[in-house]
Amino acid sequence: MTEHTHGNCENLLGSLSEYIDGELNPELCAEIEKHLAGCENCRVVLNTTKRTIDLVQTPTENPAMPTDVRERLFKRLNLDDYLNPK
Amino acid sequence: MIKPMPPEISLEALVAGDRAEFARLVDAYSDPIYRLGLRMLGTPQDAEDVLQNTFLNAMIHLPKFEGRSSLLTWLYRIASNEALMLIRKKKPEINLEDVSPSESDEDLKPLQFTDWSALPEDELLSGEGKQTLDRAIHTLPESLRIVFLLRDVEGLSIKETAEALNLTEVNVKTRLLRARLFLREQLSSYYGERLAHEVQND
Repeated sequence: MTEHTHGNCENLLGSLSEYIDGELNPELCAEIEKHLAGCENCRVVLNTTKRTIDLVQTPTENPAMPTDVRERLFKRLNLDDYLNPK
Repeated sequence: MIKPMPPEISLEALVAGDRAEFARLVDAYSDPIYRLGLRMLGTPQDAEDVLQNTFLNAMIHLPKFEGRSSLLTWLYRIASNEALMLIRKKKPEINLEDVSPSESDEDLKPLQFTDWSALPEDELLSGEGKQTLDRAIHTLPESLRIVFLLRDVEGLSIKETAEALNLTEVNVKTRLLRARLFLREQLSSYYGERLAHEVQND
């Protein structure tokens, strides 16, 4: 592994979210990418954090609301007459 | 991720108190609101309370809706308030202002450095993997979980999440980073062990 200072890892960690979301300016991105090229641990943290976000966004994570819950909601809102068309 | 307003829903009709239009609004957005309640409170009964109170409140306040945010962000704002109020009532000891998942910032430092990111999705989300993910989300402190759910699960922007929760964007970003790192650490413990096991068995 390339020599690097621990301070750079902390800097990267602080900007990790914004880097993943593409919200950093090109200069900061370049700085981060330079650090990543030489720091395997930071690459692992980046890859696994990205993957963590991907996993929670997969459709299997989004079960639909049960039909009886919908029925009670419509009744509570006095919208019983609109229960049928969904 | 975030669903745009279905074209057939008219804000004008909603504000004017059109019941059929409100019924369409309920059908368009009750799934994500229910899901948010379920993930914040953890039980179907509490999720249903959040859902019902959200749409009751929306019905009452719609005539005064000024359109400063999108309707969905506005609904998430009401739902988040309802969820947090219910948590305060049930667990008054919880500090919802807390931005740290633990006592010290030191604990945010990554400890797990196994790269499991290349494992195939069906393996990551197998029965046990999915349970681990759900459990990890549930162990996030509420103050971080609400931010994580709105931003990463429901797909709101940082700005919309800040609006929905009445937080600054900086605060949202801080909480989001902590939540993501916390979850990464939890998942890394689990998948790291699985990987080590696979390597041993090879």
